[in-house]
Amino acid sequence: MSSAAAKKQRPKYLSLPAILFQIRLPLPGWVSILHRISGALLVFPFVAWGLYLLDLSLRSEQGFSHVREYLAMPVAKLGLLLCLWAACHHFCAGIRYLFLDLNKGIELRPARISAGLVIVLGLVLTAFFAAKLW
Amino acid sequence: MVKRIIVGAHYGTRDWLAQRITAAIMAVYTLLALAIMPSRASSYEAWKALFAQGWMRIATLLFFASLAWHAWVGVRDILMDYVKHDGLRLGLQVLTVLLLAGYVSWTIDILWR
Repeated sequence: MSSAAAKKQRPKYLSLPAILFQIRLPLPGWVSILHRISGALLVFPFVAWGLYLLDLSLRSEQGFSHVREYLAMPVAKLGLLLCLWAACHHFCAGIRYLFLDLNKGIELRPARISAGLVIVLGLVLTAFFAAKLW
Repeated sequence: MVKRIIVGAHYGTRDWLAQRITAAIMAVYTLLALAIMPSRASSYEAWKALFAQGWMRIATLLFFASLAWHAWVGVRDILMDYVKHDGLRLGLQVLTVLLLAGYVSWTIDILWR
């Protein structure tokens, strides 16, 4: 009934702690988990935050100027920076997945290069938009 | 002998496709927004006028509707992978649906006030 192979301990699924601490992720793996983390962050709280600010900015003249003052606060700027990164990384990684879906760049080397490119481009775009906003 | 053809419900393929189509819609809107929003964000009047236009309202609603569908597939995948307790996963999925439905309703409320 129970062979040695069946008794062997093997991971049943990749838990978050396993991904973070036990497995050394290759670069495409980092892009993947960051795509999930950034996506989750965008769903909550950043979309809620964005809708709140859009609501306030369109409500009245006072609301509009309140949003501007609010976004000038250091804490809000920090949040905005994280939001920008999440959006930029998610966007770039998403474009990469669309290419992978078309079987473009699926060999090991191109996949690694594009993964590194996505991480760098996500950060560069974040810095670019942050510089424009400040 | 019963001959059974194993086929899935195919919702996996449908969701996969939906996630990509909604992603494309959001990407187009994002590029559009980057092109036109900065110049309109300088004053309340210009900002208000932008969102008073019919096409902008439709495009923005389309964006948030796409976002809700896209995020539902994504969050569901994340929950299926990491939350192993059935009850907890179901609860979180219901919360996600409520949150995303709330986002779309809120968008409509903001745009057609």
